[in-house]
Amino acid sequence: MIEVKEISKSFNDNEVLKSINVTMEEGKCNLIIGKSGAGKTVLLKCMVGLFEPTSGEILYDGRDFVKMTEKERKLIRLEMGMLFQGNALFDSMTVEENVRFPLDMFTSMSKKEKAERVNEVLERVNLKGAHKKFPSEISGGMMKRVGIARAIVQKPRYLFCDEPNSGLDPITSIVIDELIDELTKDLNIVTVINTHDMNSVMGIGDKVIYIHEGQVHWEGSGKEVMTTKDEQLNSFVFASKFWKQVKEDQQ
Amino acid sequence: MNFFYHLGRYFMTLGSLFSKPEKAGMYWKELFRQMSLIGVGSLGIISIMSLFIGAVTAVQFAYQLQGNFIPMWWIGLIVRDSLILELAPTLSALLLAGKVGSNISSELGTMRISEQIDAMKIMGVNTASYLIGPKVLASVVVMPLLIVFSVFFGIYGGLFAGVASGAYTSAEYIRGLQDPLRDADTIILFIKSVSFAFIITTISCYQGFYTTGGVVGVGKASTRAVVFSSIVVIIANFFIASLLL
Ligand SMILES: Nc1ncnc2c1ncn2[C@@H]1O[C@H](COP(=O)(O)OP(=O)(O)OP(=O)(O)O)[C@@H](O)[C@H]1O
Ligand SMILES: [Mg+2]
Repeated sequence: MIEVKEISKSFNDNEVLKSINVTMEEGKCNLIIGKSGAGKTVLLKCMVGLFEPTSGEILYDGRDFVKMTEKERKLIRLEMGMLFQGNALFDSMTVEENVRFPLDMFTSMSKKEKAERVNEVLERVNLKGAHKKFPSEISGGMMKRVGIARAIVQKPRYLFCDEPNSGLDPITSIVIDELIDELTKDLNIVTVINTHDMNSVMGIGDKVIYIHEGQVHWEGSGKEVMTTKDEQLNSFVFASKFWKQVKEDQQ
Repeated sequence: MNFFYHLGRYFMTLGSLFSKPEKAGMYWKELFRQMSLIGVGSLGIISIMSLFIGAVTAVQFAYQLQGNFIPMWWIGLIVRDSLILELAPTLSALLLAGKVGSNISSELGTMRISEQIDAMKIMGVNTASYLIGPKVLASVVVMPLLIVFSVFFGIYGGLFAGVASGAYTSAEYIRGLQDPLRDADTIILFIKSVSFAFIITTISCYQGFYTTGGVVGVGKASTRAVVFSSIVVIIANFFIASLLL
C-alpha cells in the first residue's frame, strides 16, 4: 500500500501540487487522470523520489520515503519498477541488455538464470526475436513493451507507469493495459498509472484519481466515472462527442 | 554566487564517486568500455597531431639555431624536452578536451534529458558513481598513455622533418635524444598528464550529468565542457610548471 499524505510541490512560485492525499492499494491498478499539465507526472516523480516534495509524506507500506536518506531509499527502490513517459531506454544497450540491466546490477543470478528471466519477461510482453536490436531500431510500441519488461524484471512490489499507452494504436494500447492489469493481479502489486486514455479508465481502472489544478478533485472506480454527477470530472471525461454519446446511451 | 554553487556541486559530485559500487563486475565492464573508447578512439588524432607538432618544433628550432655556435645535435634534445615538458601534455590535453570532453558531456547530457539517468536512479543505482566513476578512472589511466605516445610520435615527427629538409642528419638528431633525461621532467610529464585527464573528464562529466533544457541544453553543455576544461587545463598547466620547475 502506498499512502500519499499532504504532498505539496512547488517550482519557484508555481504551486503544482496542493496537499494531495491518496491511498493506493495492492492488487489494483490505481489510475491518476487529469488534463495535460495537471501535475500527474510531477506527482509520480515525487512518489519515486525524482522530485523532492515541498512538504508531506509518502508511506510505502508504512515506511516514510520522503524522510529517508538516499541509502535507506535504495531498499525501497529495489522494489520499484517504472515505465517513463518517454520510455527512457538505454540507447547504448540492446533490448536484452536493457531488460537485464537491473539483474546485472543488483542480483547475483548466474548468466543462465538471467537469460531465462529476460526471456520470460520479454515473452510476457509479447516481444520475441528483438533481443539483439537497439532501441533506435524498434517501433514506439515495442519500446513501451521493453520499458515494461525492464520495469517488471525484478518482480517489483510497486509499479509506476507514466502514460503507458500514449502514442500507441488502440489495439496495442489495450494489449499493454491488459498486460499491466494481469501483472498487477498476478503479482498482487501496487500499480500506479498516469493516463488520459478513457479506454484505460473504463478497462482497468480499479481506482481512479482525478487531479484538477494540483488537487485531488474526485476519487472512485472506473465504473463510477461513468455515472458520476461531478461536473468538473464530466467535462474532462466526456469532452469528446463519442464519450458524450456513450454516456447518454447508458442513461 | 552561481560560480560557488557549481563549484560546490562539482566537489559534492566528486565526493559521491568514492562510494562503494553496487556491483564491481558492472563497473569493470564499464571501465574497460570507456578505456577502449577513450584510448583506441583517440590514438589516431593524437598521433597525427604529435607528428606535426614534433616536426614544426624541430624545423623552427633548426631555423633559430642557424648561424649560432650551438651544435645541431641540440635539436634532438630540445624537441624531446619541449615535447615532454609542454607540447605533448598540453596540446594533447586540449585536443582530448575537444574530442573526449564533448563526447562525454553529450552522452551524459542525452541520457539526462531522455530520463535514462532517472531510470537508473529509480532502480537504485548510484548514478554519479556508475556513470562518472569509470569515465574518470579510465581517462586517468589512458590519457597519460596517450600523452606518452604523443611524445614518441612528436620525436619521430622531428626526425622526419629535419632529415627531409636536410637541416640536420638523423645521427645528429639521435645524439641529442640520447642526452640523459632529467627525472624532474618525467615527473612533470606524469603529473601534468594525470591532472589534465582528471580535469577534462570531471568537468565534462559534470557538465553532461547536470544538463537541463532539452536538446539545446545538450549542445550548450558540451560547448561548456570543452571551453571550461580547456581553460582550466591551461591555468593548471601554469601552476604545475611554476610549482615544480
Ligand atoms: N522540472 C520542472 N520545473 C518546473 N516546472 C515543472 C517541472 N516539471 C513540471 N513542471 C510544471 O508542473 C506542471 C505539471 O506538469 P506535469 O508534467 O506533471 O503535467 P502532466 O499532468 O503530467 O501533463 P501531461 O499529461 O501532459 O503529461 C506544469 O505546469 C509544468 O510546467
Ligand atoms: Mg505527464
